[in-house]
Amino acid sequence: MNNSAYIFDAIRTPRGKGKKGGALYTVKPITLVANLLNELKERNNLDTSQVEDIVLGCVTPVGDQGGDIAKIAALVADWDEVTAGVQTNRFCASGLDAINIAAAKVIAGFEDLVVAGGVESMSRIPMASDGGAMAMDPQTNSDIEFIPQGVSADLLATIEGFSREDVDAFALASQEKAANAWEKGYFSKSIVPVKDQNGIVLLEKDELVRDTSMEALGNLGAAFQMMGDMAFDATAMRKYSDVETINHVHSGGNSSGIVDGSALVLIGSKEKGEELGLKPRGRIVTSALTSVDPTIMLTGPAPATVKALKKAGLSIEDIDLFEVNEAFASVVMRFQKELNIPAEKINVNGGAIAMGHPLGATGAMIMGTCLDELERRGLRYGLCTLCVAGGMGIATIIERV
Amino acid sequence: MSAVRIENKDNGIVHLVLDAPGQSANTMNAEYREAMAACVDQLGELKAKNELSGIVIRSEKKTFFAGGDLNELIQVTPAHAEEFYHGANAVKQDLRDIETLGVPVVAAINGSALGGGWEIALACHHRISLDDESIQVGLPEVQLGLLPGGGGVIRMVRLLGIETSLQYLLEGKKIRPSKAKQLGLIHDLAKDKDEMIAKAEAWIAENPNAKQPWDQKGFRLPGGAVTNPKVAQRIAVAPSFTKKKTAGCYPAADAIISVAVEGAQIDFDYAQQVETRYFTELATGKVAKNMINAYWFQLNSINAGSSRPKDIPKYTTKKVGVIGAGMMGAGIAFVTAKAGIDVVLKDVSIDAANKGKDYSAKILEKKVKRGFMSETERDEFLGHILATDNDADFEGCDLIIEAVFEDKGLKAKVTQAANVSASPEAVIASNTSTLPISGLAEAIEDSDRFIGLHFFSPVDKMPLVEIIKGKKTNDETLAKAFDYALQIKKTPIVVNDSRGFYTTRVFSTYTQEAIAMVGEGVHPVRIENEAKNAGFPVSPLAVSDEVSLTLMQHIRDQTIADFTAEGIAFEVPASFDVVDKMSNDFDRKGKAAGAGFYEYSNNAQGKPQKKIWPGLLEHFYDADKQIDVKDVRDRLLYIQAIEAIKAMEEGVIDSVADANIGSVFGIGFAPWSGGALQFVNYCGLNEFVARAEELAAAYGERFLPPQLVKDKAAKGEEFVADLSE
Repeated sequence: MNNSAYIFDAIRTPRGKGKKGGALYTVKPITLVANLLNELKERNNLDTSQVEDIVLGCVTPVGDQGGDIAKIAALVADWDEVTAGVQTNRFCASGLDAINIAAAKVIAGFEDLVVAGGVESMSRIPMASDGGAMAMDPQTNSDIEFIPQGVSADLLATIEGFSREDVDAFALASQEKAANAWEKGYFSKSIVPVKDQNGIVLLEKDELVRDTSMEALGNLGAAFQMMGDMAFDATAMRKYSDVETINHVHSGGNSSGIVDGSALVLIGSKEKGEELGLKPRGRIVTSALTSVDPTIMLTGPAPATVKALKKAGLSIEDIDLFEVNEAFASVVMRFQKELNIPAEKINVNGGAIAMGHPLGATGAMIMGTCLDELERRGLRYGLCTLCVAGGMGIATIIERV
Repeated sequence: MSAVRIENKDNGIVHLVLDAPGQSANTMNAEYREAMAACVDQLGELKAKNELSGIVIRSEKKTFFAGGDLNELIQVTPAHAEEFYHGANAVKQDLRDIETLGVPVVAAINGSALGGGWEIALACHHRISLDDESIQVGLPEVQLGLLPGGGGVIRMVRLLGIETSLQYLLEGKKIRPSKAKQLGLIHDLAKDKDEMIAKAEAWIAENPNAKQPWDQKGFRLPGGAVTNPKVAQRIAVAPSFTKKKTAGCYPAADAIISVAVEGAQIDFDYAQQVETRYFTELATGKVAKNMINAYWFQLNSINAGSSRPKDIPKYTTKKVGVIGAGMMGAGIAFVTAKAGIDVVLKDVSIDAANKGKDYSAKILEKKVKRGFMSETERDEFLGHILATDNDADFEGCDLIIEAVFEDKGLKAKVTQAANVSASPEAVIASNTSTLPISGLAEAIEDSDRFIGLHFFSPVDKMPLVEIIKGKKTNDETLAKAFDYALQIKKTPIVVNDSRGFYTTRVFSTYTQEAIAMVGEGVHPVRIENEAKNAGFPVSPLAVSDEVSLTLMQHIRDQTIADFTAEGIAFEVPASFDVVDKMSNDFDRKGKAAGAGFYEYSNNAQGKPQKKIWPGLLEHFYDADKQIDVKDVRDRLLYIQAIEAIKAMEEGVIDSVADANIGSVFGIGFAPWSGGALQFVNYCGLNEFVARAEELAAAYGERFLPPQLVKDKAAKGEEFVADLSE
């Protein structure tokens, strides 16, 4: 069992605004995935009969996204019928978790070539429409002191002393970095425009990226104030009893955008790559999962990172680039502060605040972004991490090859 | 005689008559269960023989049906869980059998139907009530730490929807017939019993195929199903919303939400099982025991006179003189006049006296504006209060209550003056919270007529009166004072004369313990929040500000002086270092002074707000001195429980019921616990002693368990109230 898991390719759709009128609102999630599967097959001249499984993250697997979308998308894309598919859900980490599952299967020798990734059409299938005991079963909700993530983010900012200006400044930087990356074509290697059945382009660029300013950001309302006032602040403070009032700093402008999108990563063994003429771009070094208090919920990335580094025998300084999902500005700021990481290494091309967070796909998207940038800069190690509902944290380390 | 009997009418209609033998009210006791089961069998037979066209459920008592049998409920423990579960299911199965027998069933509600009584009514297809606003219906179980376990949650949710039903279930709101009709809980009103029965039988004739809404095809939950996004949103916030009020200390509230939501998602009969499971958990649990003990058995025994001398005839106070028209005097005048008793409210000037009367006028004005009171009623109410500056107006008063400043000399002077005009047999009372009564009693010659009546602020809201017996107070005086407290609808507890009596003494340990923690460097916000988490309705630093730090200093100085005079050493608690620093060095004397542990200001809307003074962090907080949140909570709970035990040990208070109710109603001891002594039972006496010793080792000898609790623990006893009257 001495296999390594290699990344041969990573592609994604641009992200469309996740609401009625968003560029991808008329596009079914299965179409988003099937189009990417077609693209993956074409650009790698892939014999799909060699792909053993498709592992797709999806956080709200109901309606259009229900019923194991991975296998059904393979059928729609006319992949070889031997290719299996599974849909997986680790909340916001689903896309990265799909990659880890695929890598683990390859490393274990169970399978040699696997597609991993994720999809989420938040415009068509609203967040939380799959229910779940966490919020919807009163007994569970009460036991675990459930509060919405936005209130958790504000609690985190309050505890860390991040002001509204601090988080807005972070958000502005994310927008500027994303705009710069788009302008300079840093995403061009992985972006696959979304077209309709007539070949008409529906979206070729992340729809949410926008010109903004501290003033414009400052004018946005505190998105979680009302929820907090209603009752959730009290729950947060029952647990974090040194907090007198929660400073509601997060707005629509400094939190991740609600978007539609999908991403795929082709993962396999060295031998299978050689056999099919696939060139390895990166190696998955290791990954780690952990979990923290579910009420504050968003502080998992740092301990997951520490755990992954330890497994890999690396130090924090060895990592050249970090992709930390921008669920909320305070999540990344806390991560950076906790592990004392220079800002220049984190989310160098922006993140979900600027481009959006299509829940099930994001983990796979930031993996592609990380690999592209390691290649562009000629650097070695990258680390992708996300905060996850329930308090979980996930981190995966890759090495450019 | 049977608790439930069948009366056959010649029209094929059967009356199911609720009429518990030898009881003034119907309850869901063993006799009921047996009788009801037998009746249900009989009804089934009648139906099978085609001899049944409908059922009217009615009561022969003044009320329709009172509810569960608390004498039984108080005894069930987790060891009885399975038996209890099956028993409760059987009760609701009987109701379900009647509901689904296939004939129309009508409830004829002649009087209040609360708890189990309302659950019986809910199982009927049609509910008619007498048009009498003294009738109350509803499910108040939550107030005793329970949930309606007779199908009440399941049916209310199906009648009103999740959100609306929870409003009633979570607060245990009682509903008048007219409001119940608006809500659709009652279908029809009748002017008298004959009309009610006639209407019931007519409805049966017109609705031979009656079925409950939830037993009809295509039934949809009012307000939307659980999966409806709007409903889902409310569900997600419901536990937090409730715990904002309960701080998670009341499992019944959580359980009710769970039953409502879980029950709404599954079939009726299975939903009833879920309800029984949660009901069993609550009924066998410790918080319901605390609450039933305190707020049912102990409170009832207090109000029935357990601490009142037995042989003295009941006395009705007719005219009360109140000396001092400040906040307390004005409040006492209000509650007294409210009970229809004439009040003479005296102060040094007529302006001051009128100001005291205005206090009542303002409260009543609001009621008139909101339509809760007519102008005539208001005028009549105010007509009971005579504002005066003349002692001669006390003529004919059979009770004088002095409510002037806490100054022994002043109190003596005004009391003597009033005593001259008052009736010679009048009870002379002092509303003091600190000064020894026996000393004050010397103001009048026959000091056996003198007594302490300690009211709590604000008088019209706080339900307790602490009655303090002086050394010479006689039984007649005590009985009259006790009867007066009941007359004004307050709950009286009786204590002996001692420094701080009972409530003030216990309460001061609460504030001083919190202030001691501030001095140790514990985060002040943590102290306040953990006090709320422990179930205290008011947090200790906030209430210290209300009391004022200068008053704390004043009492401390007085105590030192008194002790010194008696030649006893007095150890000033360490908390006074903080009190002195706050008051003297930082000029933060409390809320009235505008600055204390909190900063006081107005928010953007002009509403008052407060925030912990940041100086507390600067001058006292020490990040390395943070203690576990459980220790913060336990220190606040234990220190008061220990003080209550000491008060009992020293003979300051004799009645366990008085000690429990006094601590909750007077000083806001965590209500979920059932009171400061019941809290000890709740912990378990051995566990309490062990934990107290642990706290003593960590935080000081004041936590050492008193001998009384150690003795009781050793004997396997608890603090049990004597419920005989």
